Amino acid sequence: MRSQMATTQSTAHAGHPAEYRRVYVWEFPVRSYHWINAVCMVGLCGTGYLIGAPIRITTAPEAWQLYWFGSIRFVHFLCAFVYFFNFLVRIYWGFVGNEYANWKNFFPFTAAQRKEIVDVIKTDVLQVKLHGNLSLGHNSVASLVYLMTFVAFAVQSITGFALYSSMSASWFPHLFHWIVPLMGGEMNVRYVHHLVLWFFVVFIIVHVYLSFYHDYLEGRGTISSIVGGWKFEREKQ
Amino acid sequence: MGNASQSIWGSMQSKGYSRRDFLQFCAVAATMAGLGREGVGEVVSAFDRKAKPPVVWMHFQECTCCSESFLRASHPIVADVLLDVLSLNYTETLQAASGFQAEKCLNDTIQNNKGKYIVLVEGAVPLHDDGVYCMIGGRTAESILHEVAKDAAAVIAWGSCASNGCVQAAKPNPTGATPIQKLVDVPVINVPGCPPIADVMMAVVTHLVVLGQIPSLDDQGRPKEFYSRRVHDTCYRRANYDAGLFVESFDDENARKGYCLYKVGCKGPVTYNACSVVKWNEGTSYPIQSGHGCIGCSEAGFWDKGPFYQHLPSFPGFGIESTADTVGAAVGLVTLAGVAAHAVMTNVRKKKIISEVHEDDQPEV
Ligand code: HEM
Ligand code: HEM
Ligand code: SF4
Ligand code: SF4
Repeated sequence: MRSQMATTQSTAHAGHPAEYRRVYVWEFPVRSYHWINAVCMVGLCGTGYLIGAPIRITTAPEAWQLYWFGSIRFVHFLCAFVYFFNFLVRIYWGFVGNEYANWKNFFPFTAAQRKEIVDVIKTDVLQVKLHGNLSLGHNSVASLVYLMTFVAFAVQSITGFALYSSMSASWFPHLFHWIVPLMGGEMNVRYVHHLVLWFFVVFIIVHVYLSFYHDYLEGRGTISSIVGGWKFEREKQ
Repeated sequence: MGNASQSIWGSMQSKGYSRRDFLQFCAVAATMAGLGREGVGEVVSAFDRKAKPPVVWMHFQECTCCSESFLRASHPIVADVLLDVLSLNYTETLQAASGFQAEKCLNDTIQNNKGKYIVLVEGAVPLHDDGVYCMIGGRTAESILHEVAKDAAAVIAWGSCASNGCVQAAKPNPTGATPIQKLVDVPVINVPGCPPIADVMMAVVTHLVVLGQIPSLDDQGRPKEFYSRRVHDTCYRRANYDAGLFVESFDDENARKGYCLYKVGCKGPVTYNACSVVKWNEGTSYPIQSGHGCIGCSEAGFWDKGPFYQHLPSFPGFGIESTADTVGAAVGLVTLAGVAAHAVMTNVRKKKIISEVHEDDQPEV
């Protein structure tokens, strides 16, 4: 049916793009969340890796003349706080934002959404269904992956602040200390905190690539949408 | 094994200690228990009247390093006096009695002092195969512990074995070695370490046995006084850590300069113990001061977090050398390669994609 439509159109609109409707998908809090989070994530992964495997870039005769590793850790903690409260803002927006930002999107388990999961796999992995009319907001696979990402965010926040509580007198990190006895000591907490780093590395590679891929494939402004908020939906004819 | 109803001062007198020795002992005991100068008076009046607290020291799955450590406390007067003062009614390693006689000592202590005696436990308790891996006098460690701990006022779990299982609980834990706190209902004070520091042991025992108070404990049952700070927090090499000056191998120039041992596996940043404050062997030194990283001997499961000489534990299933970072980096590279292959595929099939997806948007050629 579609190919029939396409044929008629290509004669009728030769060289004239079809009609698109602008849809405001990502509101400002979602976009600002996204980019603050992206910057913090890159910062956290980079400094986190260095905390685990420090490199020496400068040297000095005496320790008091340098604070290189201390600064790395400071940047990690700085990003950590920004990232954590930014994450809270996004959770809040999941309850008050528009339909595309709603928290329910991250649990794509209705029949239609489950079908879309199969569609997206056909589109992204098997590349056999290249015009699978995907949702305007997050597609179902993306939603599932973001759900995993949010769980990983929570794990990093809890384990991170629990580790931080041993170097802080403030009450806030101590709210997370309960995880330490639960996990049987800080060694395990630190290990899990380190492991999750690699989840994010893989996520970032795939996520950034797929954003561009879908931009190309769907042709409706995926990349610009996370900057400006608008996506384009083809008018039904 | 003195008369249990005698007061502490009474028993010291009969052993030939002077009043001056006694007061000195009280002062040290008060200090160890964390009391101020005002506390000394209280201790003196308590010891003048207080009966010697009966104590039994049980040995289960252990190597006796805790006992060995205990004997090396840096205040000999306290060590002497404590051993004299305490009615140490049962301890396999030191007692003269053996066989039925020893069993009788234990039994009498338990029967005559219900709810008053203190149990010090060295070693873990194996539970697999009905506990046959540790038997004393034909009975399993488990049944002995249950009997002994049932009516105890409190239990001190000496060392990592009793606190968290230590080496015998390391994977795959063939004997089912289990820490004491999981087996008894009375309050347990964990004093982990392999072994714990002598002066820490002494102070905890003083607090409990002599002052009759359980010291304030953290959420893992350890006395806060000694286990609330990491080895790393008071380590004298800390300035090198913050500066990013690390020993890269044990024979390099950095090691000679005394840089931080983090990169050669120091577990000080995750280890709660008093080594860098109290130190060992009468305050002589501690591992890091001798150029070796902390191996985290007072943390649960530290044997399974090895190798000791690398910051990250090895990643299970990928060989002893591989860490989360080697595995993670490999997964990251595979992902990059996958993404690149995907991009190539997409370009190879560009014509098809364009004709299928954007056909109707294209000007006709
Ligand atoms: C979400 C992304 C995050 C990533 C990828 C990340 C990654 C890492 C990594 C790889 C380490 C080194 C662990 C080691 O091998 O010793 C580390 C350490 C640490 N991280 Fe994070 N982290 C994240 C978030 C956080 C957050 C939210 C906090 C909260 C304060 C935090 C606090 C810490 C602390 C306290 C340490 C130990 C630093 C030290 O030894 O001084 N992290 N992080
Ligand atoms: C570097 C770290 C990054 C992280 C951790 C990250 C994370 C996320 C998350 C969690 C979402 C879901 C947003 C929400 O609903 O709240 C999202 C969406 C999105 N991101 Fe990223 N992002 C990163 C980088 C990027 C980059 C570099 C781009 C593009 C150049 C990008 C493009 C997008 C787009 C287009 C969406 C909307 C996708 C959709 O329709 O499902 N992201 N990202
Ligand atoms: S040697 Fe160990 S405990 Fe000392 S500062 Fe370095 S990492 Fe911390
Ligand atoms: S420095 Fe670490 S490994 Fe060594 S005795 Fe102290 S806690 Fe145990």
